[in-house]
Amino acid sequence: MNGFAFHRLWAVVLKEFIQMRRDRATFGMMIGIPLLQLTLFGFAINSDPKHLSTAIRAADQGPFARTLVAAMRSSGYFNLDHEATTEAEADRLLRLGEVQFVINIPEDFSRRLLRGERPTVLLEADATDPAATGPALSALRALSDRVLDRDLTGPLAPLRAKAGPVDFAIHAHYNPENITQYNVVPGLMGVVLTMTMVVITALAITRERERGTMENLLATPVRPFEVMVGKILPYIIVGYVQVTLILLAAHYFFNVPMLGSLPLLYAVALLFIAANLAMGITFSTLAKNQLQATQMATFFFLPSILLSGFMFPFRGMPAWAQWLGSCLPNTHFLRIVRGILLKGNGLAEIAPEIWPILLFLAIVMTVAVKRYRQTLD
Amino acid sequence: MTATDYAIDVAGVTKKFGDKTVVNAVSLQVRRGEIYGFLGPNGSGKTTFIRMLCGLLTPDVGTGTCLGFDVRTRQRDIKRHVGYMTQRFSYYEDLSIRENLDFIARLYDLPDRRAAVDHSLERLGLVNRSRQLAGQLSGGWKQRLALAACLIHSPQLLLLDEPTAGVDPKARREFWDEIHQLAADGLTVLITTHYMDEAERCHRLAYLAYGQLLARGTVAEVVATAKLTTWIVTGPGLPPLAAALRGRDGVEQVVAFGNTLHVSGRDAAKLESVIADVRAPTHEWTCVRSGLEDVFISLMDGAEDNFS
Repeated sequence: MNGFAFHRLWAVVLKEFIQMRRDRATFGMMIGIPLLQLTLFGFAINSDPKHLSTAIRAADQGPFARTLVAAMRSSGYFNLDHEATTEAEADRLLRLGEVQFVINIPEDFSRRLLRGERPTVLLEADATDPAATGPALSALRALSDRVLDRDLTGPLAPLRAKAGPVDFAIHAHYNPENITQYNVVPGLMGVVLTMTMVVITALAITRERERGTMENLLATPVRPFEVMVGKILPYIIVGYVQVTLILLAAHYFFNVPMLGSLPLLYAVALLFIAANLAMGITFSTLAKNQLQATQMATFFFLPSILLSGFMFPFRGMPAWAQWLGSCLPNTHFLRIVRGILLKGNGLAEIAPEIWPILLFLAIVMTVAVKRYRQTLD
Repeated sequence: MTATDYAIDVAGVTKKFGDKTVVNAVSLQVRRGEIYGFLGPNGSGKTTFIRMLCGLLTPDVGTGTCLGFDVRTRQRDIKRHVGYMTQRFSYYEDLSIRENLDFIARLYDLPDRRAAVDHSLERLGLVNRSRQLAGQLSGGWKQRLALAACLIHSPQLLLLDEPTAGVDPKARREFWDEIHQLAADGLTVLITTHYMDEAERCHRLAYLAYGQLLARGTVAEVVATAKLTTWIVTGPGLPPLAAALRGRDGVEQVVAFGNTLHVSGRDAAKLESVIADVRAPTHEWTCVRSGLEDVFISLMDGAEDNFS
């Protein structure tokens, strides 16, 4: 950068700090958003929902049926809080959403079981939200195989479920208990940074233009590069405050394991923060006013949250969506954070995810500097 | 820097936005230490012209120098030595007066920044308000702050774009005293304004309309270029007289000024024959030197004819 001067860069940095301090609303947002998201995603949102309301319509009250019901209750997924005596009543409960499941135990359940006829227990589920019913249903399948083994002893032993021809042993690595927070809380880091960093800087230059201060700035010897970097630097510190906040919460509230190196995570976070800030700056050179800048930031934020693998499994998406997701820095940052925290990855393992972020940063920064030059001419 | 007598010396400067010619072949020379008034209706290209002088825009056509630096290639040098006060207040409203000045001083890398800021606060009488946020200042104080900020790096040329719009008469008077003081110390000032009393306080003037430079020179020279004859009428029943005069061939302007009527036209003979027609002993007619405002309106009407 020919003619770059540190004193001018520093002047812009100081000015941004003063303005940041004065702008209480924005400052509150920078701290408030991570806290709010942590509460929402960390505590409220659960992809393995338990204690779902269930109605039971038991025509057979025999010991086998009771064992079955007790097993379901102790699985933790079913809350047997309703009882239906007729089919119509069961239907009504499902339709009104009072219950998620209805269990129908036929009256000849015990009799047919003893005869070895494999009686059918009908489980009706309100499957409008597959995410709500899925885990409960697979838990039920697992339990149905073994639940009655304890009762089927002596002469009844041959009625026990037989093993299939192949036995699959499943070993869940990194998060054996399938705790949602282990996945979500580290992922939040990328989401929070994308959300706040892009919006804040998207407003940065648009605001100068809208308030008329840009003309003044352009009339001074300050260079585009100095203005841009000067506006980015203060927010890198803000980004680090957010990262620290999330890591503290992850450790103390959600007990997320931290297997890898935190200094490495902080180092990579710098790249990611810079990429998002540069994106915001680019938006603010493209937008005509602050409203447009905010809209552009939202436009960028949506795919960053939906296609990055934060909300939905990345490998489950169609190829084009994966390709699109791969262009977003958040996708790579999510893998890095989860890799470092949950898998204990080192630099060698995360390197393939670093260069796409670097590339993104370089491209976006070039566009930003190019666009800024043209602002008045 | 080349030692030239002119702070601004440009020729044939043209700027187009799309297919609209905003500034059309304007040539202008401003001597060092001069207060040069730049007048013209809204949208006449004054601001665009000033932006080309201070390196914010590059002219499409035309050459010239500002403080001896080529306006096309040496824009960075120009920015260092020019103070530009924008039409709209363009300092940070969420920064205090001192913080604003300090920011600008840092951008110019002034050797003794603190002293420079203190000095400029003192000179403009802002010391007691230095901690006040710029956004809380009244129009007059904002203007003082803007002036202080664009003087902080001791520029050689000051470009002021309608600096006194919305400022009360006393503050305007003080502002102009300050400008004259600065010019006496050797600073060159180019100032745009809509106020005729301010135009009269300039050493020389230029009148721009529809991107064209229509007149330039001292107040007397500009008035002379327009070749406008003006009569003042006093007496009873002026409104019907004004109605009778309007639209007559040779009468271009009929303007009521309190208890008098100003009647002007570019063709003195035609005007006099019309006057002879309506002249009555109840009215007193005097031929006077045309005022600047009459001249400018006449220039603008003439230019409109040429462009339509």
